[in-house]
Amino acid sequence: MELTGAQALIKSLEQQGVDVIFGLPGGAILPVYDPLIDSTIRHILVRHEQGAGHMAEGYALATGRPGVAMVTSGPGATNIVTPIANAHMDSTPLVVITGQVASGSIGTDAFQECDITGITSGITKHNFLVSSAAELPRVIAAAFHLATTGRPGPVLVDVPKDIAQSTMEWWWPSTIEELDLPGYRPSSPIDESAVENAVALLATAERPVLYVGGGTLKARATAELLAFAERTGIPVVTTLMARGAFPDSHPQHLGMPGMHGFYAAVAAMQRSDLLISLGARFDDRVTGRLDGFAPDAKVIHIDIDRAEINKVRRADVALVGDVREMLTALDAAGAMPGSLDAWWRQIHEWQRDFPLTYDEPSTDGPLRPQAVIEAIARTAAPGTIVASGVGQHQMWAAQHWKYEEPGTWINSGGAGTMGFGVPAAIGAKVGRPDRTVWTIDGDGCFQMTAQELVTARAEGIPIKVAILNNAYLGMVRQWQEMFYDERYSEVYLSPDLPDYVKWAEAMGCVGLRATTLDEVDAVIAEANAINDVPVVIDFRTDAAEKVFPMVPSGASNDDILVHPRQRGGRA
Amino acid sequence: MSATPEPYVGPTTTSPVTHHILSVLVENKAGVLARIAGLFARRGFNIYSLAVAPAEGHARFSRITIVVDAETTPLEQIVGQLDKLVNVVAITDLAPRDAIERELLLATVPLTDENRSAVLDAVASAGASIVDVDARAVTIMLAGTPAGCDHFERRLESFVDVELHRTGRVALSRLGTKKN
Ligand SMILES: Cc1ncc(C[n+]2csc(CCOP(=O)(O)OP(=O)(O)O)c2C)c(N)n1
Ligand SMILES: [Mg+2]
Repeated sequence: MELTGAQALIKSLEQQGVDVIFGLPGGAILPVYDPLIDSTIRHILVRHEQGAGHMAEGYALATGRPGVAMVTSGPGATNIVTPIANAHMDSTPLVVITGQVASGSIGTDAFQECDITGITSGITKHNFLVSSAAELPRVIAAAFHLATTGRPGPVLVDVPKDIAQSTMEWWWPSTIEELDLPGYRPSSPIDESAVENAVALLATAERPVLYVGGGTLKARATAELLAFAERTGIPVVTTLMARGAFPDSHPQHLGMPGMHGFYAAVAAMQRSDLLISLGARFDDRVTGRLDGFAPDAKVIHIDIDRAEINKVRRADVALVGDVREMLTALDAAGAMPGSLDAWWRQIHEWQRDFPLTYDEPSTDGPLRPQAVIEAIARTAAPGTIVASGVGQHQMWAAQHWKYEEPGTWINSGGAGTMGFGVPAAIGAKVGRPDRTVWTIDGDGCFQMTAQELVTARAEGIPIKVAILNNAYLGMVRQWQEMFYDERYSEVYLSPDLPDYVKWAEAMGCVGLRATTLDEVDAVIAEANAINDVPVVIDFRTDAAEKVFPMVPSGASNDDILVHPRQRGGRA
Repeated sequence: MSATPEPYVGPTTTSPVTHHILSVLVENKAGVLARIAGLFARRGFNIYSLAVAPAEGHARFSRITIVVDAETTPLEQIVGQLDKLVNVVAITDLAPRDAIERELLLATVPLTDENRSAVLDAVASAGASIVDVDARAVTIMLAGTPAGCDHFERRLESFVDVELHRTGRVALSRLGTKKN
């Protein structure tokens, strides 16, 4: 069967089981958009290519399947660089297809030419510049294989226009060998002696902590984690990337560690004598000042990426491999700590003395953002997916919502990309149309990517957006307040410029607003009742509200600042 | 004719103190070298020297010999990150004591009546050879240990207007040592 490169590309995506592409056409990718008309694949036409990338990420994070985005060359390609970098930091499986100028024009500064494989070489797991139509099936299959196996990540495929237009004889690789990836070995055999060493370390541990990272979700290891945690009785912390990997309602769950972590989670890691790291990478937002981090802890480091071992913190035992397989191996080897009674007594004391808290909501003043989140959570359907932007609202959403299952928390962790929330929520809703999807967004973030609500309205993707409108780039404001003597530099936005309700309405969405506490439940109920179009709620929140606890940047986790009201009582 | 003198085997001065030699087999694809160079730049690893050539009997693979400074970055990190590059097929880490390292030096030295015999002496005593000559200059080649090349380079510094190129080293495991 003779196909054009463009037809072969679309057919390859169908062959991979792709059901949706997020994208926006242009000159160099034009040939590929033609056979798309005849394809069963749904295409979602975004308003900015950054939106396409974050939607693909949201889709991937909600479904566990790779997200696919397609854009044109030059500015189309550079517009999607931020989501690619974001996916790279958070190990999210993406396949991004970019148009490229015709092969013969590459290197001549042709119209809309840019070296996107060069630009993205440091922020993709791998990228390809396709050199013939015949190799397209192999390259697409390889791209999906790379994106989804081992440590997942974004893969970019750059397709010159003439190659999309030329013809090839259709074929499809039937084996991994045909993918021609001689240097790619995503897995290695389990090191049995390391498993034994881990078991021995655990047997003598008195203060172990299961330090659960995003890799646990990527490995779909949550059932194994639950079983392992319950059998051993070890306390669990879940990082920002792992919220939902272990039920928040579980009594062994201490919550999120790190810069804005729960006191008990931070303290338990600090005083631990054995950290069992499951697909986590000792990020600086978790460790605080490295030389003050968990000083007495030995480390069992489980990660599928060998390069993570000893990168930041020396591991006493390294288990290179899939988290799920490793937990199974540890279980089979009978890994078990001694009595943890004293350890739990200590942890319960921390939990009692320093619970997550915020100032009582006042009835007339501006809203407490934490209370808004809790109000949304109270009436949210079970399994609701929460996406967020980046800033204070993100931290409150990570703290105050109870995550019970994988894929229900979608955020930008490693890169901290403002504007992630709205498009990521759209992608999540496309992937899980059965779920309610809320975005907890900031006013600053919302303004970066709000145009995708036009996409959502046009494509019938009814997400709900809660803007915690504090009129500020709040997280930056918090740092200026606390560490720059309240010298506020370029952080004020405005509560009503833009008018978020009118803006929402102009985009075909329902726009609502709540300024006082008694309005909160009513607008949330109204939003919950709308299931056909996107809803945006402008919650006017208190600009002075800060995220606590907080480990100041560069400080040791021992210097964690709890909520001001808790400071007198601190031991 | 005098016997070829032993190559110089003193301490190396221009190599990093704790250098390691990575012999990296890569797919012979466009952009591979840029990926490797980019990785080193991005991660702040220092490359001391780098030599690339098609691998033994292959059109598909190339061998890159990279000398790295293992003082500033743990070798484990460098190898771990390199190994993640999809086009990198195999990495052999050679500790200097387990390796046979060689490199090639070419130098063109202007000849004068005054320096002629000193130049020829230097060539003979280093075991170098003359590969090109005209009325005004000679081009000299030395294939030897990096330390031998260092030594010869210093010796040539006593002549004026020398043009000198070195290839960077290539290496293989010393026979009888375990490959890893
Ligand atoms: C693209 C981008 N630019 C700048 C920043 C730095 N930054 C981090 S949080 C933040 C403020 C976010 O403001 P908003 O969305 O209103 O959230 P808030 O903190 O007020 O809840 C800024 C500017 C960033 N993370 N991403
Ligand atoms: Mg704000």
